[in-house]
Amino acid sequence: MRLSYPTNVKVIKVPCTGRVDVNMVLKAFESGVDGVYLAGCEIGDCHFLKGNLRAVKRIAYAKTLLKEIGIEPERVEMFHIATSDGPRFALVAKEMTERVRALGPSPVKQGTRAFKA
Amino acid sequence: MIVGNRKPLEEILEMVRPYKKILLLGCRECITVCAAGGEKEVGVLASELKLHRAKNGEEIEIREHTLERQCDYEYVDQIQPFVDDYEVIVSMACGAGIQYTAERYPKKLVLPAINTTFLGVTLEQGLWSERCQGCGDCILHLTGGICPVARCAKSLFNGPCGGSSNGVCEVDKDTPCAWQLIIDRLKELGQMENYEKIIEVKDWSSARDGGPRTRIREDMRLT
Repeated sequence: MRLSYPTNVKVIKVPCTGRVDVNMVLKAFESGVDGVYLAGCEIGDCHFLKGNLRAVKRIAYAKTLLKEIGIEPERVEMFHIATSDGPRFALVAKEMTERVRALGPSPVKQGTRAFKA
Repeated sequence: MIVGNRKPLEEILEMVRPYKKILLLGCRECITVCAAGGEKEVGVLASELKLHRAKNGEEIEIREHTLERQCDYEYVDQIQPFVDDYEVIVSMACGAGIQYTAERYPKKLVLPAINTTFLGVTLEQGLWSERCQGCGDCILHLTGGICPVARCAKSLFNGPCGGSSNGVCEVDKDTPCAWQLIIDRLKELGQMENYEKIIEVKDWSSARDGGPRTRIREDMRLT
């Protein structure tokens, strides 16, 4: 569709958002990212039946973990975007970018530089 | 299996505050099944500790290692080659595993990351429930396979009590009355004559009340 979305969004493809585990979200923050979001299928449309439902629950859990650590839970989010919905993909990318920009850099970013090795 | 909960993060942070090099030890048995201390949960705790330290600009080095079990010496001994590289071991096993690791490495501080709670079963993914208290004198054959020691709030042997109401225990509306469950099961099994029998006063000496217990099979002991 050649729609543009912010360049700071790094896309990692997974076969289903149900593949994503809480560990991965935390590791992403360890690597120095400022925000993580999942773009999964619309509820009821998961090709693997319940994958996106698992993802919703895991992101909710991830938010509680981030809060425990002292990172803003708004930095992680679950979105539902139909496979063919390019405009919504771009919209969500912009929306999340603005949200994370408003929050500022991740509070652990400086510290994580120490353990990148 | 043995079921437990991971300690709240603040408690663990407080315990590990003085340390920079930590060996985080998980277990692949019971505590994995109840999703509290297995490889995944070791990964989550390691990330949480690292992120928390990073937030305060402090260092930490964590090795994540998950043993098959922490209650058998063959497995606990597997960490011998690298255990001395770390200041402290944080164990995510059940209380038995945590203690055994401490016993095998008496010069090492072993910290508990798990609050061990009960012997139980998986009702569904994400839901585990208590079933057994290890009383050492099982009467499940008299109660249709439902244990009054573990599941009755008062461990009554000839229940129900007056607090049983619509099949629910007076202690909590989400706790079924164990004796209601027993009666219903005995009816289903056609064993209501068991209910008529008075179960004798229990000898609790076979339970923990009689002191810490040991099991021995002489035929298996080689030393």
